[in-house]
Order: sequence, then C-alpha cells, then structure tokens
Amino acid sequence: MRYLPKSPAERKEMLGAIGAKSIDELFSSIPERFRLREALNIPGPYSEAEVIQYFKERAAENSNGYTSFLGAGVYNHLRSVVTDAIIQRGEFLTSYTPYQAEITQGTLQAIFEFQTLMCQLTGQEVANASMYDGSTAMTEAVLMAERLTGRRRVLVARSVHPEYREVLKTYAKNSGLHVEEIPFTASGAVDSKALQAALKDDVAAVVVQSPNFFGVIETHAALAEATHASGGMYVVTVAEGVSLGLVRPPAEADIVAMEGQSFGLPPSYGGPFAGVIASRDKFVRQMPGRLAGQTVDSEGQRGFVLTLATREQHIRREKATSNICTNQALCALAATVHLTLLGKEGLREMAEQNFSKAQFALSELLKIPGVKRTFDAPFFNEFVVELPRSVKLINAQLLRDKIIGPHALGTAYPELTKRALVCVTETTSRAEIERFAGALKRALEQPV
Amino acid sequence: MAYPKQFRYTKEHEWVEVKGDVATIGITDYAQHELGDVVFVELPKPGAKIETGKSFGTVESVKAVSEIYAPASGEVVEANGELHNTPEKLNTDPHGAAWLIKVRLTNPAEIGKLMDAAAYEAYVADKAKETSA
Amino acid sequence: MNEKIKKASRHTNQNEGLIFEKSSPGKRAFELPPLDVPAADPAKTLGASHRREGIEGFPEVSEIEVLRHFTRLSTWNYAIDLGMYPLGSCTMKYNPRVNEFVARLDGIATEHPYQPQELSQGCLKILRLLEKCLLEITGMDAITLQPAAGAQGEMTGLLLIRAYLEKQGNPRKKVLIPDSAHGTNPATAVIAGYEVENIKSESHGQIDVEKLRDLVTPDVAALMITNPSTLGIFEQRIPEIAEILHAKGALLYMDGANMNALAGVTRPGDLGVDVMHLNLHKTFSTPHGGGGPGAGPVAMKKILEPFRPVPTLVEKESGRLALEPVRPDSIGRVKAFAGNFGVLVRALAYILAYGPGVRQATEDAVLNANYIRKHLEGVFDLPYSLPSMHEVVFSDALQKKNGVNTMDIAKRLIDYGFHPYTTAFPLIVPGALMIEPTESESKEECDLFIAAMKSIAEEAATNPQIVKTAPHTTRVRRLDEVGAARKPVLRWKPVTTRSEAAD
Repeated sequence: MRYLPKSPAERKEMLGAIGAKSIDELFSSIPERFRLREALNIPGPYSEAEVIQYFKERAAENSNGYTSFLGAGVYNHLRSVVTDAIIQRGEFLTSYTPYQAEITQGTLQAIFEFQTLMCQLTGQEVANASMYDGSTAMTEAVLMAERLTGRRRVLVARSVHPEYREVLKTYAKNSGLHVEEIPFTASGAVDSKALQAALKDDVAAVVVQSPNFFGVIETHAALAEATHASGGMYVVTVAEGVSLGLVRPPAEADIVAMEGQSFGLPPSYGGPFAGVIASRDKFVRQMPGRLAGQTVDSEGQRGFVLTLATREQHIRREKATSNICTNQALCALAATVHLTLLGKEGLREMAEQNFSKAQFALSELLKIPGVKRTFDAPFFNEFVVELPRSVKLINAQLLRDKIIGPHALGTAYPELTKRALVCVTETTSRAEIERFAGALKRALEQPV
Repeated sequence: MAYPKQFRYTKEHEWVEVKGDVATIGITDYAQHELGDVVFVELPKPGAKIETGKSFGTVESVKAVSEIYAPASGEVVEANGELHNTPEKLNTDPHGAAWLIKVRLTNPAEIGKLMDAAAYEAYVADKAKETSA
Repeated sequence: MNEKIKKASRHTNQNEGLIFEKSSPGKRAFELPPLDVPAADPAKTLGASHRREGIEGFPEVSEIEVLRHFTRLSTWNYAIDLGMYPLGSCTMKYNPRVNEFVARLDGIATEHPYQPQELSQGCLKILRLLEKCLLEITGMDAITLQPAAGAQGEMTGLLLIRAYLEKQGNPRKKVLIPDSAHGTNPATAVIAGYEVENIKSESHGQIDVEKLRDLVTPDVAALMITNPSTLGIFEQRIPEIAEILHAKGALLYMDGANMNALAGVTRPGDLGVDVMHLNLHKTFSTPHGGGGPGAGPVAMKKILEPFRPVPTLVEKESGRLALEPVRPDSIGRVKAFAGNFGVLVRALAYILAYGPGVRQATEDAVLNANYIRKHLEGVFDLPYSLPSMHEVVFSDALQKKNGVNTMDIAKRLIDYGFHPYTTAFPLIVPGALMIEPTESESKEECDLFIAAMKSIAEEAATNPQIVKTAPHTTRVRRLDEVGAARKPVLRWKPVTTRSEAAD
C-alpha cells in the first residue's frame, strides 16, 4: 500500500525486536471472539487514478454547467489561486493545533492576524480563533450572553437564518434556555415594537442577523438601545461577511457571531466553513474558543501563544465555557490570506459590485409582469421577490435553461409562499442576470 | 514564608483573619506556590452571600483553575479590586496585600473550628511529604 | 547534543513582521473584473447611515508580499510533511495529497447546499458511500455525518441517548466518566444536560468493573468510555461493561478518538457499544490544518436511529438519494447544512485508497507503538504495563529525580527535529509522555525517534540544564505564557496618535 512505509522484511524485523511471533500477538488483549476474521466489506483498494476517477464521476452528477442565483447563507465569491497555494503548503495543512508554540509560530501568528482582521471587520475589540461555522458561532454567542447575564430567555429575530435558529434550539433544549421569536415587519426588518413588548428583565440576549436572511440591512441603534435598557446583550449575526466592506459594522453589538465562508472558502456543499465570535474586551473571559495572544520569548523577541486556555474544556472539564476543542484553523487561514489579498480597496470594491449587481438584478426582474418586490428595506446582495406561482415549479422550469433559480422561502416561512430569495454576487455577470430574467419571463408566460 | 499567628487556616489552604464581626479571607503561601504564576482572580461583588464550604471565586494560573472555598458564611463587604490588574500580588504577598475578600460573618464562632498556624504548618508539612513520596 | 544523533530537520528562521506592519496605502493584491452593470450609489440606495467608510488598519499590500508573508510564516511550523509527529491521542498520520485534489474538483467544491437534490446526486452518493464504509468499520446500524468535529459528535451522541431515554419516560441524571478521559467528555456531558460522575481507574488503568456495578444506578444514563483508553490499553472487559449498563437500562458511549487501533481488527458495535463518534481528522487522515476543520460522524445502534439529527440521508424508491429535513423524533439540527462535506470527501478518498487494507494500517500503527515501547522501556518509567495498542504512555518519574519533567523532555525533542509527544495527559499519569507514532512512520523514522529519546534521557542525567532550557534551535525560545495571560494582547492595533492616546 503506497501510504505505508514498511517492507515485509522490516515488519518482521520489528516484530522480532518486540519479541512477538506474529502481529496477532499484539492484539491479544482484544477477546478472541471479537476479532474480525474476514476482510471488511468496503470498496478498494483504489490507486490514485481510481480515486480521482471515482470523484470525477460523482462531480459529473452534480450541477456543473449551471448558473446559480442561490445565496441563503452560502455565497459564491471570487477566490484568488494564491489562497489555495498557501493553505496547501504542508507546513500549514499538516500541522497540529499550535500547543507547542516554539514550532507553530506560523499558525499562531496567522491566527493573531485573523483575530485582528475580524475585529476590524466587525468593529469589535476582541475576536476568537474561529468556531465551526456561523450557526454554531451564533449559538455559542447566546450561551456566552447567558453566562454573562445569568438570564435564560432569548429573543431571536425570525429573520435570522432558519438553520441557525434550528441549531440554537437544539442546544437550548438541554441547557434550560427559553427561545422566542421576534417577527419581521412588512419591510422585512425586525419588528422593533414586538421586540419592545417581549423585552423584560429576564432576557439574556436579543439576536438579530444583518443583512438578515432576506438580505435586508437592519438598523441596530434602536434595537440595541432597547435591549440594553432591559439589561440584555445585543447579539448580531452576520452570514454574508462581504457586506462589511460596504455596510457600517454593528458597533452597538455586545457580541458579533459571523460566518466566514464568504472570505475565500468554496461552498463545498455546506462546509467546512469558519464561524467567528467577536466581542468586547471586558467579556473575553466568557468567550468560547481558542485565542492567540502576543507575548515575548526568553530573549525578548515577539512571539505568539494560545492564551486564556483556562476557559477551555481540556482544563476546566465540566466547567468549561464550551465543549469545543477545535477551531477551523485552516479555514481561518484561508480567510486571512483571502482578506489580505483583497485588502482595503479590494474588499470595498467587491462589496460595491455585489451591491450594484443586486440592484441591477432587482430592476431587471421587476420589469417582468407579475414579479413584485416583497420588502422595501435596503438590502446588500440578496432580495426577496414575489412570483405569481409556486417558486418550486418555476425553478423546475428554469433548470431547462441551465439556471438554478432562487431559494424558495415557503418551506421555512409558510407566510412567504411564492416568495423567492435572489442572490447576486460579483461572480454573476450581467449576461447571466439578463438570461435569468429572460428565462423567468418565459416561464411565467407559459400557461399553468 | 511564615504563617501569621493571628490567622486561622482551612484544609483547602485559605486563611482568615477576624476583626470584630468582619473576616478578611485570602489564600495561603502554600496555595499560591502550588498554583504557580497567578494570571487571573475572580471574586464576588460586595453584597454577595458566601456559604461555608462552597466556592466563592476562582484563581487561575496559565494551565489550571482553582476554586476558592468559603471558610465561613457571611456577606461580602469588600473585594480586593487591586487583584484584577495585578494578580501577580497573589504570588508575592498572599498573606498581606493580596487578600481576596472581607466578609461580615453570620456566625463568628465558625472560625474557632479552623486550624491555627501551628496546626496548619504541620498539615502542609504532611502534604509536602505525600507529594514527594 | 550527542554528535552521533542524526537530526531529522533544521528549522528555518526567517524574520517576518505582522502583515499590518507592511501595509501602505494604495497597494493591492487583487483586482476584480470591471463592473458590467450601472454602478449603484450606496449613499442613495443604502442610506448614508448604513454606509461604511474604509476599514481602518485593513492591510494594503501586493500579491508577492502576501505570498511571501504567509510562506515565511509557514516555515515556522512543524508539520507531518516534515517528520514524525508522535502526539498521543491525536493520530497525526500522513494526509494524502490526492484527497486535497478531489475535494477541490469542480462539481465537488463548487456545490451549493440548497441546489436541487437532482443536481446533487454526486454529493449525496459520496455521503452514502462514506456512511456505508464507516458502518462496516464500526459494526453499527446507523450513522449521521453532520457533526462538525469530535466534540460536536460527542454532544450529538449524548443527545441521542437523552432523547432515547426521554422517549422511555426518564432522561436520567448522570453520565459516568473514567478519570482517564479526555476533557471534552465531561464538558460535553454538561452541555447535554447531565451531571458528571468520575470513576477512578483500577490499578492497571482499566475501568473498575466491580465498582462500576455499584455505580450504575437508575439515575445513570450512560458511561462514556474511550477504547483503547487514553493509556493506549484495550478495555478488555468492555463486553461485560456493556452488559452491566444494559441490564440497568443505561447505554454505552464510546469515544472513537483511538479508532486507529481497531479499524479492521475489531468493531465497537460487536463489543456492545451503543453509540460512538469518529474523529475523521484522526483515524481517517483528514488534515489537522493547524487545528481544524474536522468532522465527527456519530454511529449508533438501531434503537437510537429515530433520533438522528436532521437532515438525514435517505434512499428513495426510485434509487435517488435525498436529504430529509424533518423527522418527528429527531434531536434537531446540530450544524447548518449537511456537515463538513469537504472533510467527508477527504475521508472517503482515504478509505477508498485502502479498502479492506485499512487493517494493515491499524496493524502497522500498533507495531510502531510497541516497537518504540520496547526500546524505551527502562529508559523511561512505564506506569501501566498492560499491552499497548496504538500508543504508549510513559512517565517522567526517572528524569524527575534530576529536575527534568515531561515538558522539558518534550521541548528538547524539538531540538532533535521532532514534534513533541503529548505531555501531561492522561491526568491519571503524573508527568505523562504519551507517544503515538501512527502507521505513517517507517522503521528508520522510529529508530531516529528512539535514539533521540534515549539521548535526551542521558542528557537529563548528565546535563539536565540543556534539557530544561530547550528548545535551543527554534526561531523563538520558550515564550512567556504568564505575561500573555495576565495582560492579554489579542489583536494588532495601529500605533496610536497623540490625540487618541490622550483620551
């Protein structure tokens, strides 16, 4: 087997050195009757060429050749080839968690730079080394607010990503948290009156997503003020990070939970991505996840270490802030390289292109008879339109034109049947937008 | 470091000094030595109630967190805010400047049950033997 | 250092500042194609109050500077690609490059989780085949690939147990955890709403079965066991342990962190385990990447199947595969979308390369661990003498006499060109040296490692100071962790101007 660096003679020699007659002797502590006698029934062994062949065949069964207008928490953005060149360097790819600081300064400094970039983007003071993804980061942010306030009630905007809310509910069920939803208004933003009515002095956190699941940009000031007046923490989740190149960051937030997929990570059918928690310095000891900190070595040189580890499971065991052991280091590194490549101007320009193209797409779609805009609040690169018929049926027709249509909202929001969430990024060309509009027009012209 | 005669001591290595019905509580030199370099101290706010034998705060070193247990019940009247910015004082002056909290005792008689300096010194000498064995 | 010792590597020590310190306004490393639609005015359409000005301090550098910056940083890391990584319990094995290649294919990396399922059959078939392979390897009945990492897998497993017991009328209160367990076990139990009761290991480091009999009360929901244990020892009485639990209606959870000792040789499902997680970044070689991403599938017996997290992968009558978002008894969703797909792809690529030959990998891993044990026994203290599986745990008792502890030895190992082993774990071994070579090391590499360890033991006796101040050859020396924790500096900040400094 090509991955195993031993010849039969070497195996024999090593067994001899151990003093074992056969390899089976090394497994003698496993009761005889439980030892497998037959080979496992799994395909292989495959040569490298066969492995590639298998996955190429599967890739061909997917959506190659289609133009997509899907977003909803996972976005197609341009990625420089430099990012992959860096993260495939063995020194990053095949390195362990940087517990041995002297020989992992590369990973540690990159994490420190990641933490800095995340602070700059979110307008917060401190950010961790990353979490699994946006959904778990948001959930951990809520648990953090619970620890900080000692309260148990959580108000979550219904305009937060439906899957994020589901994850929160799974975690809440067993930790005694009571989660309630705050509706959205006709303009698509959080209903601040409903929030005001639900806010009492038992609320640990108010959770708002911006841009929200409908692409709408929330106005934080009043929501945060009301939350703070009741003694709760204002938690903002960001699923589309590129928006922060154009949209004012949620400076009013006590905790920001962000999904980093938009920063150089491919959609990859839903993962791996990188979540982030950013917050205020004063809350850092209740923050979950790894943190890299700057320090000096015994000769006074600058260096970096994992720090404040006493918050974590391997020390605090059952009293830890979270059971999470890992971050998404390689994904965070990809985000760090990607954002460094984009830089100040590149990120701004990318965000502006998303914004302009989404505006253009909306105006094109609104020219089609029967298509209406659902929410009138400002949006970033996603917006909701109402179609005269079932979105799923229309999308089935669009597939004939090699177009993957917008996300149908009816499943997660029964009140929004016939509504579709359209996403346009800098990767969507004008021609594709026009082709989509044309195909949609034709689909709607056909008799039902 | 000598263990002051006017203090009383617990098996969990806290010291108590009583003046009237107010007790000052800290951790012993033995405790700080076992912990190593202290990096953070978490203490209750004034007004908080503490209960004999229950944890009222934590002391952290780089790689360990230790609970601090109340030697007696009472209400916190003052916490040593200095330690927030200078936790290292716990290593240099555990019996003095690095006191943790002052507590108005519910039942001052509780203190009488604790070890005196001589008993505590014997207790830690035993401990030291245990760990080197 | 002993001149006879051949060093496995030398470290590169290029200097490099923070990327923010290289920034200069107007430089850029990335250009977008020109905008092909009319530019919208954000101030008008978005509203001035939402509009952001440029991000202060955000880097402005060129492409060569970015490439060089991160390449230089990379040279400060140790990696499997450079040499042996004997971290116990971490299973740092070779990460085949073809796995990286296939995970990046067009049609794999490019797929959106919400695209129509008829256009996702390739993705779903990958998931299905991985499920089947992992079920065969573990001897379980059902599986979920959704958890993002081992710790989340643990949580999912405990929530399954909780849901199952709840359905029977009583979720129960306690989870039993041996004192040798990894710290995530107790942390996870609490997140799943359970109290933790620690069980002391018996004198050989195994679960004390007699004591367990008394501890399994009607309050106990489950026992979380790591097998082989963190001492690298197979729990020989595991079938009996399962019986004790089952007789009282409790379940057996197995932490699959050490599955690299078992794959192809024995199956947890056959041993009586009810539910377990797998760390795909350990046994199934997906890259650690400096600390993630991972994936933590959870395999289970039939009784727990109805409670699997959503979405679940199902085979329709037509032969089509589909992800079903709703199931009545499900514990719910533990992560957005369908798991860390990109990691799952790599794990399947690894399994396909071996096929049933995965057994050979297990055998080689156990062979390497025992070979190292044989050569270092007597040089280092071996506190538990039962047969080792994939890893061996020594203690620093012999070296401590000269004031040298496990951390010192570990740091000195760096000077010999190796990554340290795991120090100070498991907790039941004071001053532990936990060594897991994996199957990826040749005899030559194992011999180099053994020679280095012997040489360090000699240094500890003759020149302890050189060990205690190690490492000597790295870019940085031992770092001030106390200072880092007392006054945390967790981000770079621009140099403050005088007016800012005044407020």
